[in-house]
Amino acid sequence: MDLHLKIWRQKDRQSEGQLVNYNLTELNPHMSFLEMLDILNEKLIVEGDEPVEFDHDCREGICGQCGMMINGIAHGPLEHTTTCQLHLRSFKDGETVLIEPFRAEAFPVKRDLKVDRSAFDRIISSGGFVSVNTGQAPDATAIAVTHQTAEEAFDSAACIGCGACVATCKNGSAALFTSAKVTHLVLLPQGKEERSHRVLNMVKQMDAEAFGHCSNTEACEVECPQGISVLNIARMNYEYNRALFFRKL
Amino acid sequence: MILNSKIPEGPLEKKWENYKKTAKLVNPANRKKLEVIVVGTGLAGSSVAASLGEMGYNVKSFCFQDSPRRAHSVAAQGGVNAAKNYKNDGDSIYRMFADTLKGGDFRAREANVYRMAECSLNLIDQAVAQGVPFGREYGGYLNNRSFGGVQVSRTFYARGQTGQQLLLGAYQALMRQVGKKSVQLFSRHEMLDLVLVDGKARGIVVRNLDTGEIERHAAHAVILATGGYGKIYYLSTLAMGCNGSAIWRAHKKGALMASPSWIQVHPTSLPQSGDYQSKLTLMSESLRNDGRIWVPLNENETRKANDIPENERDYYLERRYPAFGNLAPRDISSRAAKERIDAGFGIGPLKNAVYLDFSKAIKEQGKEKIQEKYGNLFDMYLKITGYDAYQEPMMISPSAHFSMGGLWVDYELMTTIPGLFALGEANFADHGANRLGANSLLQASVDGYFIAPYTIANYLSQEIHTGKISTDTPEFDKAESNIKQQIEDFIRINGTKTVDYFHKTLGKLLYDYCGLARNEEGLKYAIGEIKKLKQEFYRDVKVSGKGNTMNTELEKAGRVADYFEIGELMCYDALTRNESCGAHFREEFQTPDGEAVRNDAEFQFISAWAWAGENNEPELIKEPLVFEEIQPTVRSYK
Repeated sequence: MDLHLKIWRQKDRQSEGQLVNYNLTELNPHMSFLEMLDILNEKLIVEGDEPVEFDHDCREGICGQCGMMINGIAHGPLEHTTTCQLHLRSFKDGETVLIEPFRAEAFPVKRDLKVDRSAFDRIISSGGFVSVNTGQAPDATAIAVTHQTAEEAFDSAACIGCGACVATCKNGSAALFTSAKVTHLVLLPQGKEERSHRVLNMVKQMDAEAFGHCSNTEACEVECPQGISVLNIARMNYEYNRALFFRKL
Repeated sequence: MILNSKIPEGPLEKKWENYKKTAKLVNPANRKKLEVIVVGTGLAGSSVAASLGEMGYNVKSFCFQDSPRRAHSVAAQGGVNAAKNYKNDGDSIYRMFADTLKGGDFRAREANVYRMAECSLNLIDQAVAQGVPFGREYGGYLNNRSFGGVQVSRTFYARGQTGQQLLLGAYQALMRQVGKKSVQLFSRHEMLDLVLVDGKARGIVVRNLDTGEIERHAAHAVILATGGYGKIYYLSTLAMGCNGSAIWRAHKKGALMASPSWIQVHPTSLPQSGDYQSKLTLMSESLRNDGRIWVPLNENETRKANDIPENERDYYLERRYPAFGNLAPRDISSRAAKERIDAGFGIGPLKNAVYLDFSKAIKEQGKEKIQEKYGNLFDMYLKITGYDAYQEPMMISPSAHFSMGGLWVDYELMTTIPGLFALGEANFADHGANRLGANSLLQASVDGYFIAPYTIANYLSQEIHTGKISTDTPEFDKAESNIKQQIEDFIRINGTKTVDYFHKTLGKLLYDYCGLARNEEGLKYAIGEIKKLKQEFYRDVKVSGKGNTMNTELEKAGRVADYFEIGELMCYDALTRNESCGAHFREEFQTPDGEAVRNDAEFQFISAWAWAGENNEPELIKEPLVFEEIQPTVRSYK
């Protein structure tokens, strides 16, 4: 199959970017989207051009490193899929595909399709953990967790931190990412002790990183590769209000 | 050189306890004067950096990804082993030790393996305390399942994403220390050289992958937790960025490399479907708990899987290994698949796969139960292949996966360079010639959480008077200028072939001649071909862009340059070992029915290799393996 690509090229954070046209022919529909970019880059290198810089690593849909806007949709047309798990069979022969970096004030472009998502790390650093040092843990059976609770916590813990939720949100909000961690840890007995401290600090950091506010359009859940539910955001709001209330007491 | 493995005195079950009792300590007030560099943020790297940070050392943590949470430990699926005996099925530390030693074909150190089994109990406790949502029984207790190579249930899991959840636990512990400023984080940095001062590891030279700047970092000890080098085959289950460069550069500075040819080929990956492919995706081995593996009985079968009746199917693992059946260890299962594929019974468009069939399990347990256990894997299979494995069997195929080889380390996990430690998959220890399923997450974690914090402290106790180490020294100058020269050379060659072309060509050579099966003639041929390919690389590679900016091609060029040398050493290693053991199957040494023949009389040792300089044959140094507790037996799973 053939594809016409319009790819955002930007030398660095300071430079102005622009869309550049590329044509690829004789592509195999079973190829992944990133393998298609590999082929484009091979071609560009041999022709003496610089390849398109894009982030990727595991190519199994789990590391969260890949991510780009494809035809205006985070990770492309399929629901709940990372870019590495998107295959050309999802496109039509001869289609024009627009490829841009994730856009958000808190995710500045580094080059071409690579963006800086270190704001997520700083949010985790502000409280997204259980404060337990190595070697202090009691026997694992001492903390009973029901099957349902463990599974519910897992649903939230499954977030891969790719940033699609931010990129797809009209406000550039990190509410889904942050709330997933808040929910994962607050559901488990071992994470309950720090619940107030955690949510207040994480929300504060989220704001400091220039992420926008959540206005409940629920677009994030639609594009999330792991299908993280917006109910996490409701829980984060509850936890936040609860923490504020008890802090005043 | 005589290798001193520093195994403590005393009976096996007391060795680690004795070590901890006598290891030297560093006073908390002195810890803040000591700096430690950790390269890699996977399970081993994050856990050790977090643990040392908690203890009060100054830690610098490096990774090439954009966030430490991306490290490839995240992709491990099936589970993590621990001898908790929660199932009351007869498990114990001793049994886990015995299974692991046997699984590794008696090519690992007894003391290391026992310690790993011993520390496994604490790891589950640690992970649960961090909030890792392991699978639970309805009563609230932890659940577990069985895995390849063992007959008890000792594998704890978090759906099919155990590596992800364990890594996030370690990552969160790491980020907690980053917030407390006891750990400084350097993401998008790649280690390009190790710096030695007076024979001790004193720092590293790194390239900032965002800016292209070369930076110097000094420390009192350097820890490499960089994972394995299985990506050398190009097609593998590893992430695209996984590489062997950090350990290889350390090797060229004097650290010995042990058992480099032992690379596990995983039996349950998705088959290759075309030349464009960049990687092979692993499907968790846990699938073998409920999936039955088979190929058609008839050669060149053209019918679809569901149209082939039961009596025309060959469940070859159940046939050949009735005691373990579909749970036979990875090396055995991979070779058995290769045997059937080579014999002409392979399935799929390229006839390079075997079936993994869930129809019986779905019939017995219901689709819902199977969905709950493996749902994400079935979804992944559907996304990648376009086929629904609830309706028809999966197609799976063997693929390069985990390197059992790595830097030689002693019982303290220290390499032959004082002050340089290697953890997790970056070292050679614990797995012998074959790693049992769910032992890799375990080894990486216990190295980082429970072993290195004691052994590194023992080393650092001698360093409290050293004072701050400067990066403004001739040793750092030289390392930096070498790196800059290499970068300039890559850019200057300006040839006609891409880095990926060379990587793919090397990978194919290794697959064919130093892969699932090897022989003397093929290995000698491969060494010659690798040398030629390396020369061509330095004559004709094309690296576009500049050295002092973000440049992914340049990163890849450095890694592939190292792969040529690692690949050559892998072939030397495989050539000298005239036996079949674990992942190393030398065709000359097999029984008439195709089982491996080990030669304990001549090869009961670890092969540790010293770098002898460019274009020289590497030097082999042997560490004899002594078995006091379990005498090596013929490994049978029949």
